[in-house]
Amino acid sequence: MYRYDQIDRELLAQRTEQFRDQTRRFLAGELSEDDFRQLRLRNGLYQQRHAPMLRISVPYGLLESAQLRRMAHVVRQYDKGYGHFTTRQNIQLNWPQLPEVPDLLAELAEVQLHSIQACGNDTRNITADYLAGVADDEIVDPRPYCELLRQFVALHPEFYWLPRKFKFGFTGAKVDRAATRTNDAAVHVLRRDGAIGYRFFVGGGLGRQPLLGQEMNAFVPESDLLLYACAILRTFNRFGRRDNIHKARIKIVLREWGIERFRAAIEAEYAKIGSSAEGEQLRLLPEDIERMRSYFSAPHYRPAPEAAADVDALTARDPRFAAWVRRNVRAHKVPGYRIVFVSLKAPGQAPGDCTAEQFETLAGLCDAYSFGELRSTYDQNLVLADVAERDLYELWVKLDAARLATPNIGLTTDMIACPGLDFCGLANAGTLGVTQDIYRRFDSLDAQYEIGPIRITMSGCMNGCGHHSVGHIGILGVDKHGEEWYQVTLGGSPGNDAAIGERVGRSLARNEIADGIERLIRAYLELRSDDDETFIECYRRIGMAPLKARLYETDDSEAAAA
Amino acid sequence: MSRIIRQHAIVENDWTLAVDGTTQPRASGKLIVPLARWRAEGEELVAGAAAIGVLLPNTEDAEAIYPEIADRPLIALQFPVFADGRALTQAVLLRNRLGFTGELRAVGDVVRDLVFWLGRCGFDAIVPRPDQDLEACRSALDEIRVAYQPAADAHEPVWARRRSRATG
Repeated sequence: MYRYDQIDRELLAQRTEQFRDQTRRFLAGELSEDDFRQLRLRNGLYQQRHAPMLRISVPYGLLESAQLRRMAHVVRQYDKGYGHFTTRQNIQLNWPQLPEVPDLLAELAEVQLHSIQACGNDTRNITADYLAGVADDEIVDPRPYCELLRQFVALHPEFYWLPRKFKFGFTGAKVDRAATRTNDAAVHVLRRDGAIGYRFFVGGGLGRQPLLGQEMNAFVPESDLLLYACAILRTFNRFGRRDNIHKARIKIVLREWGIERFRAAIEAEYAKIGSSAEGEQLRLLPEDIERMRSYFSAPHYRPAPEAAADVDALTARDPRFAAWVRRNVRAHKVPGYRIVFVSLKAPGQAPGDCTAEQFETLAGLCDAYSFGELRSTYDQNLVLADVAERDLYELWVKLDAARLATPNIGLTTDMIACPGLDFCGLANAGTLGVTQDIYRRFDSLDAQYEIGPIRITMSGCMNGCGHHSVGHIGILGVDKHGEEWYQVTLGGSPGNDAAIGERVGRSLARNEIADGIERLIRAYLELRSDDDETFIECYRRIGMAPLKARLYETDDSEAAAA
Repeated sequence: MSRIIRQHAIVENDWTLAVDGTTQPRASGKLIVPLARWRAEGEELVAGAAAIGVLLPNTEDAEAIYPEIADRPLIALQFPVFADGRALTQAVLLRNRLGFTGELRAVGDVVRDLVFWLGRCGFDAIVPRPDQDLEACRSALDEIRVAYQPAADAHEPVWARRRSRATG
């Protein structure tokens, strides 16, 4: 884990005081609502329905126990006793009071947490593969590069007032677990002929016009991470549209220019930077990367024979433990260790919510069983990345007692959802009630195992925080004359096979949507070629029509009855 | 005469910004004119004034235009609203890539909370919005005194600072 030095601490302390003064001036009436808005957004504060929402950055999804304990404290002290993990691996608080936020941020700064550029038209928190460093399909651990880039873009004066938000997503593995191509820029760290470099994609983004990033450069050398990032951000700052907020993302520049012109502009800027004094400053030396890599070295794993345990024997004894191992535990690249997923999708729980008690429990558990670290995932769950097999049963007992062991990772009830109309000022429709309705229909584990891997995602408005566009089944809340309605999309995917889902047809009313989703899933079970064909594979084979017919089949019965 | 911030000090503004296109230069005066007028009347303007600066719209390509304005003692860059950061890239390019050493002046919706970022991007003259407190603007230049990345000021990149620290 990256450790702040004196420079990092001073910068964050001064930043915290800067915002304290801005807040003081706003509350004293010296700063207008409009002027303050731009400032508070860049400190993670978003105006929501009931109160400001504070988004706390979790750089590339990595947390440690001291941070979790501090989170437990701040959600008790400043909020209503819980936080919410997002698809960008961040944590959001829904109920802070503005006058107290500077103190809250100062408390977070003590454990190197912050809200710098968590909202606003700037470079946002960088996301990454939540299995970085432990995945067996990993080529290069992306975290050192994420931290180098985090520092480059934090308070970058030239790129602090961009046309619109700008998101980076990283992976260094063969399997894309970070939905990288939904970001404005995706960085795939890889090797070519033994040398490390980056494959850059640009122009992804969800929201109103969901698009996937296009390849800009197949191999930027390792030393040039910041040069290429600078070329992209500078091109965006110069040419991104500022006349229409809905057309201001970099994806619109790409679409309006076409990829050839767009790529030529970025490559030309990259070449200019590279041949100038600026390039000399931005180019990383091997020692810079080596120094950063040392923060992310592997923990001191115990030798396998000592760590090993007979997991199979335990699973045979306890079917609930067996179910959890089957769904929430994955192979680790080190013998004797496993990767443990912590589900934040218990029955009745809003997806991604975490209570103060759970933060505290998790702090203790990661100290005891996973070298003091925890990761947040794209799917709004958590990961204990380095658990010895012999600890699995004990860990499960404790997770289970804290309602953190629902064995549903990757299954029907592991839904992604934004907070929706219950909290968000932008939302057109509720999400939490619908997810609970769907949850209840598929609560039985047997049913979920029969359905197999499926990704149901839901957003309360077209801004798409719940990533409905890349769900196998996506649900988008819309407002129709003051009522909540829901559009369904099919066939989206955030991974290596990334695709934007296609809208099926008319939207369904609040009291129809869960039934509709159930009919879709039942149709899939009838139509799949065999038990191994997943929902998304089945959709790709049979197309939309048969599923569409089932989604709207009540229309026919009503028509027939009429 | 209004007051502005130049080189960390509050000073009298000795330049007149002639956005209307008709203000005539005076032999003793320093006048800032929009790029279009500079292109149309450059020679006459220079002949008739003590000094002529150019106001570059933030939609223009600073690199392409620079040969036309490289010898000006002052380039003014625009902030139509303070959150429109295009002029920050223009400033960095003028200072770092093009080597402009004259006065780089920020005009428009320039508020105290933009000042820190202006300073880092190479602006050495700042004309705050009329409702802004000048002293507060001046002190905002040093609001944050450490930086991670290079820009158009004296800060070393943090990775380079850590290199020297490790060896020394």
